[in-house]
Amino acid sequence: MISKTINLTLKVWRQNRGEKKGRLETYSAKNISVDMSFLEMLDVVNEELTKNKKETIAFDHDCREGICGMCGAVVNGRPHGHEKETTLCQLHMRHFSDGDIIVIEPWRARAFPLIKDLVVDRSALDNIIQAGGFISVNAGGAPDANALPISKEIAEAAFNAAACIGCGACVAACPNASAMLFVSAKVSQFALLPQGRPEAARRARTMVRMMDQCGFGNCSNETECEAECPKGISISNIARLNREFLKAEFS
Amino acid sequence: MNPDVKMHTKLDAKVPAGSLAEKWDRHRFNLKLVNPANKKKFEIIVVGTGLAGASAAATFAELGYHVKNFCIQDSPRRAHSIAAQGGINAAKNYSNDGDSVWRLFYDTIKGGDFRAREANVYRLAQLSCNIIDHCVAQGIPFARDYGGFLDNRSFGGAQVSRTFYAKGQTGQQLLLGAYSSLMRQVSTGMVKLFPRREMMDLVVVDGKARGIVVRNLITGELETYTAHAVVLATGGYGNVFNLSTNAMASNVTAAFRAYKKGAYFANPCYTQIHPTCIPVHGTFQSKLTLMSESLRNDGRVWVPKKPRDKRRPGDIPESERDYYLENKYPSFGNLVPRDVASRNAKEQCDLEKGVGETGLAVYLDFADAIKRDGENAIAGKYGNLFQMYEKITGDNPYKTPMMIYPAVHYTMGGLWVDYNLMSTIPGLFVLGEANFSDHGANRLGASALMQGLADGYFVIPYTIGGYLAQTSFSEINVPDSKEFKQGIQNVQQRIDKLLSVNGRRTVTEFHRELGLILWEYCGMSRNEEGLLKAREMVSNLRHEFWKDVYVPGTGKDLNQSLEKAGRVADFLEFGELMILDALARKESCGCHFNTAFQTEENEARRDDQNFCHVACWEYNGDDQVPNFHKESLTFENVELSQRSYK
Repeated sequence: MISKTINLTLKVWRQNRGEKKGRLETYSAKNISVDMSFLEMLDVVNEELTKNKKETIAFDHDCREGICGMCGAVVNGRPHGHEKETTLCQLHMRHFSDGDIIVIEPWRARAFPLIKDLVVDRSALDNIIQAGGFISVNAGGAPDANALPISKEIAEAAFNAAACIGCGACVAACPNASAMLFVSAKVSQFALLPQGRPEAARRARTMVRMMDQCGFGNCSNETECEAECPKGISISNIARLNREFLKAEFS
Repeated sequence: MNPDVKMHTKLDAKVPAGSLAEKWDRHRFNLKLVNPANKKKFEIIVVGTGLAGASAAATFAELGYHVKNFCIQDSPRRAHSIAAQGGINAAKNYSNDGDSVWRLFYDTIKGGDFRAREANVYRLAQLSCNIIDHCVAQGIPFARDYGGFLDNRSFGGAQVSRTFYAKGQTGQQLLLGAYSSLMRQVSTGMVKLFPRREMMDLVVVDGKARGIVVRNLITGELETYTAHAVVLATGGYGNVFNLSTNAMASNVTAAFRAYKKGAYFANPCYTQIHPTCIPVHGTFQSKLTLMSESLRNDGRVWVPKKPRDKRRPGDIPESERDYYLENKYPSFGNLVPRDVASRNAKEQCDLEKGVGETGLAVYLDFADAIKRDGENAIAGKYGNLFQMYEKITGDNPYKTPMMIYPAVHYTMGGLWVDYNLMSTIPGLFVLGEANFSDHGANRLGASALMQGLADGYFVIPYTIGGYLAQTSFSEINVPDSKEFKQGIQNVQQRIDKLLSVNGRRTVTEFHRELGLILWEYCGMSRNEEGLLKAREMVSNLRHEFWKDVYVPGTGKDLNQSLEKAGRVADFLEFGELMILDALARKESCGCHFNTAFQTEENEARRDDQNFCHVACWEYNGDDQVPNFHKESLTFENVELSQRSYK
């Protein structure tokens, strides 16, 4: 297929493992088809580097269909780039123009230590889930699935919160590097559903505590997280988290 | 049978006696139990954190076993089960449309073209209901109707509505459910999590699987871990084709290393090509994206009647469109099984009726459904899929028909396991897509999630107890163990070799070439001449790889080029095994379509006399033809029929 191609200049953050300071290095990306995804464009640059016997740019990625949450970089100052509700793997080059200069940096947050180049350690998000992001039920003991009717509205609201992919863009977008949107999405999913109510208070408390312990900042209502979330998670979840947390603390 | 393949023993699947409906209950009763107080003395390694791996690891821990759980990604939540869209089957009969355990069992056996094991499939159908109950209790937000009850839809190949779903993100929601149970067990200390680790080898001591060698993907260090049993839930090998709907890191390495340690590989030639994927756009395409086949419930598949018709779809009048699936298969129409839909799409494109710039696509049109139900109703069902399509292609499917083309999606083949999900290596269990067990020669839609979770939540937690309770284990002291030392040494040698070839071609180039060979000769349809040619081509490519590949960087670092090189090296060997298996199966069945064996309706023609078996391959040394073993399939409860979806 013959499709339009563009040429770009990339400024990519390079930092070796254990290196204290990184730097932006310049690469050119030539003959990039506009049908390619952003990560495929990086693949082309990496192929070129390999052919020149240079080390490739390390970046996290896996499913490349916007659902695993593994990819992500700050592109021209915005997590996952400038397209609304889009992960980096789903950002296509048709949204860039010939001659553009693109700056690519890793997520930056105290709670996400840098590993190499664009790869950061997001295990703090797993720690938060471990602190209470579950319903305590063992396999084998559940009642019939239809024994507990749940209204369509509630089920959909819970689903919308549950759509979070845990990529960490909300943290990267926040001037305080807060993980409130991430925490509130999980707290909301379970707080909305009757199955999650028995542990709702404990869950809100333990997850917020763990967030603080991991070194994430607090929420000061900047709403950057919502603007950059690739899955459109609403900040109304943060309001719900605050209510759940206050209820839990004062009861 | 190929003249150079040696035929060996028959395999015992350890299927329990009794009537089909009683087998599992009776078997559970007969299995030896591990005393509750003794469970904590056992350690289990689980490799993989997808639906099968995460559910198994969490459930083992709930029972009181100590678990070490490994994954290749930075978090267990990212395993590729997350990308499954459409739904999960269960024989709940909530729709009151005549579904039952027996019907789900029968549909699955028939859909698999009578090449799956009856007892396993029946158990799967039985357990399907428990899965839904458990998932709802975990807080998984399935779709519901206005009364608050769970909604169901009908899915590829089924004439009843038994598919539970959460918009087009069912896999994500189910996986996050399993992940949340797993995280709960990590917090109790029963599961120790090892992310960013890749399994490089299996360690067998005294004939039993006792540990693994992994590479820490951050530091590059090789690490060893011991256990009383090893459970592989490492997914399928679809990426052998380079382009597939699998995630970039999905690979065959863990399964293939186990194969080289003596686990038999079953039916490697059974690979499923999914009919509804977004067509390829160019050479640097890195992966293909599936559009859930639930879309076929409301979308109508068509091509122009006239070859090379370059008009825009809206300009082609109704009378000049060929709704070929509806015309050829009046009772199933657009809902024919995946293999039938895929082959027909390719056939239309081979007749030069394909659409789009490449001519390698067919239309999937929602105009009638939107007219009938309104745009809101269609958006409610498929909103995120339409959005995804528009993101990738720049086209709006509410206004213009989608273009789709088949892509490699799922692999029914995998490591051979018995009824207990144990491989031919004692203590090595294999779950989910990594095993071969339940889908025969073709998997029905919404059955992969069901199998992964059935294996992990409800089968392996019992059957592993039977093994642990009856086995005596020697103490292993890793620094002194020659098997572990040898394991590390072998892995290190291989890494050193990859880094030292210092040739001119990149790993990606080799992978792309391998993929093209297999797609052409060992893909949707095969024939002996093509397969023989492909076998030689793959073998040559492999030799060239080890002479001319270039892998940048070092072993003791995060080195994604090196990771990929190891995986592609295994795919190059494994590709040959696939071809060998396809050559040996001189019939057509399900997704294995050999053009020499077809009915007058161009359907797969099975040879039940000679090929009603599972083909199992035993490693026999590098560059040696593997030994062939056979598990005969007996059908006591269903009559083998020629599939017909007319």
